[in-house]
Amino acid sequence: MYRYDKFDQAIVDTRVEEFRDQVRRRIAGEMTDDQFKPLRLKNGLYLQLHAYMLRVAIPYGTINAKQLRVLAHIARKYDRGYGHFTTRQNMQFNWIRLEDAPDALADLAKVEMHAIQTSGESIRNISADQFAGAAADEVCDPRPWAELIRQFTTFHPEFSYLPRKFKIGLTASDNDRAAIKLHDVGLQVLRDEAGNFGFRVFVGGGMGRTPFVAHLIRDFLPATSICSYLEAILRVWNRHGRRDNIHKQRIKILVHDLGAEEFARQVEEEWQAIQRQDDDMPLKEYERIAAYFTPPPFEEGLSDELDLSDPRFAAWVARNVDAHKQPGYAIATISLKPIGGIPGDVTAEQIDLLADLAEQYSFDDLRPTHAQNVTLPHVRKADLYALWQKLDAAGLGTANLDLISDIIACPGLDYCSLANTRSIPLAQKLAERFADPARQLDIGELKLKISGCINACGHHHAGHIGVLGVDRKGTENFQLLLGGSGAEDASLGKIVGPGFTEDGVVDAVERAVEKYRAIRTDGERFLDTYRRVGVEPFKEAIYG
Amino acid sequence: MVEVAIPSNLRFRDDEPADEPGVSLDAFLDQPNAVSVRIEGGDDVRRLAPAFDRLKLVEVDFPRFRDGRGYSSARILREMGYKGELKAVGDVLVDQLLFMRRCGFDSFGPNQAIDLDVAARALSEYDYVYQPAADGRVPVWKLRHG
Repeated sequence: MYRYDKFDQAIVDTRVEEFRDQVRRRIAGEMTDDQFKPLRLKNGLYLQLHAYMLRVAIPYGTINAKQLRVLAHIARKYDRGYGHFTTRQNMQFNWIRLEDAPDALADLAKVEMHAIQTSGESIRNISADQFAGAAADEVCDPRPWAELIRQFTTFHPEFSYLPRKFKIGLTASDNDRAAIKLHDVGLQVLRDEAGNFGFRVFVGGGMGRTPFVAHLIRDFLPATSICSYLEAILRVWNRHGRRDNIHKQRIKILVHDLGAEEFARQVEEEWQAIQRQDDDMPLKEYERIAAYFTPPPFEEGLSDELDLSDPRFAAWVARNVDAHKQPGYAIATISLKPIGGIPGDVTAEQIDLLADLAEQYSFDDLRPTHAQNVTLPHVRKADLYALWQKLDAAGLGTANLDLISDIIACPGLDYCSLANTRSIPLAQKLAERFADPARQLDIGELKLKISGCINACGHHHAGHIGVLGVDRKGTENFQLLLGGSGAEDASLGKIVGPGFTEDGVVDAVERAVEKYRAIRTDGERFLDTYRRVGVEPFKEAIYG
Repeated sequence: MVEVAIPSNLRFRDDEPADEPGVSLDAFLDQPNAVSVRIEGGDDVRRLAPAFDRLKLVEVDFPRFRDGRGYSSARILREMGYKGELKAVGDVLVDQLLFMRRCGFDSFGPNQAIDLDVAARALSEYDYVYQPAADGRVPVWKLRHG
């Protein structure tokens, strides 16, 4: 993985001291809370219902054991002994004291980590395919490009007071595991026939209260032009995006209002102006970064045979293990969704265990996923059984990846100051309703996603089944959506009908699932059946 | 730390200041003798290009410090070759000075007083930057590759 050089380290160290002084000036009353707010947000510090939350960046979802152990340390020292993996591959701590935040950031900086631009109206941490560097279906490892973009977008002087937040998603595969079309900018790395890198550029996707699937505005952007081209996109939005209504300020609204074609034209015009001025990062800078991402020293000639005589292990392999590009290796995803657990939560002890396992079994490499699980990208097939036994003993061996109990859920009203409803208890009830492994397997791939408010942190628009919590005259009410997808076939779910109580929505999900089981044809997933028959049969089953 | 001397009037230029206050963009373009213009958030600064030879002062208004349109206005002016005074006015705070300087502002007219010691630290503490901008600082990728 990437390692800081003296420049990167100096920038992050300076940032810690800059923020320490800003906190001091705030506490001394030298600036107002309104003036301090954007400064703390750009350092990952968010004021929640009960305390400050610190969101630590895990750039493009790659982390090593040493860094994980510092996250465990922060959980123990500054928090209440646990952390939470988010849907953007970051880690949040929910009980941070303002005066401790600079020290926590200093601890992070010692292992080349930070919380820069993980919140606020800035260019956020880039998310990427969790299988990067391991997937059999990628054209290259996308992470060197992600690191290049990370550096370019860090403290960009023109784009640090944007109309709203700005999120970039990156993949190098046709199978989109990073939900790139639901990002402000989605980038797919391509290679032309001569081997040159390029980007397919999507813009204007997003969830929130006005969801859109991103539009393709450029089919093959020469990859070394990515910085100036992003600058052009950001500048068009920074100048012309709305600033009069916080709910209409994301780039997706501007793209929608102008039309994708006109937006693309304006970007092209701006890009021509910028290109005459700024130097783009050259290919040699990409190559310098890419040298940190050379494949680990895989052993050659390993067997692909697996002993699947232990049925529980076999079930885990069938669900949680994916094909690796290197013979004899596999990609293993650890579910953080035990039945009855809190999606994405890990204790400090579990974080330490993940660190040990990453070191022992996966070349010191671990990947949080946008679905709030974690992936060990490079595991020898011969080690899978031993790995699973250790996971199982620690309560991390659940074989439910992409099944109905692998639920994405936002923190909800248990933590969040924006939420209308609690998400965690609902996720727990739904997982318990479908706890039977045989039943889950029979249902097959079904992505269930829960948001506790319209801001959609739980990706409910992109769920095959989505649940949206709303406030209905002071009581918690849950709307059901069907037909969303965050993958390469991205689509937005549609609200089925009137909302439900917490228990009512659990029943409604079950009725939708049973309807699917009754009418599916061979090999159809829930989403496929929904797309074939439409909403009516489900509506009838749910509301009778 | 990079060396930064903070002038007490927050004007980082040696030439004589223009003695006219800025007028609106439309008024400026209508008055052939005007030398100062005041840019509001929605204004397109590219319209100033034909008048660069008489233009001495561009004031860019920040109605709220979180309104970042002025940063793009500044960069566009510098990209087009404007060399005169570029002044950030309005809700300009000490923690925004660094990025404003990087975008090409060389003069500041804040609504409320700025502590010059804090400003000196804010403008000098970062030794390195990741991207080229209007201030001529060399980005780290260039330092890496010589």
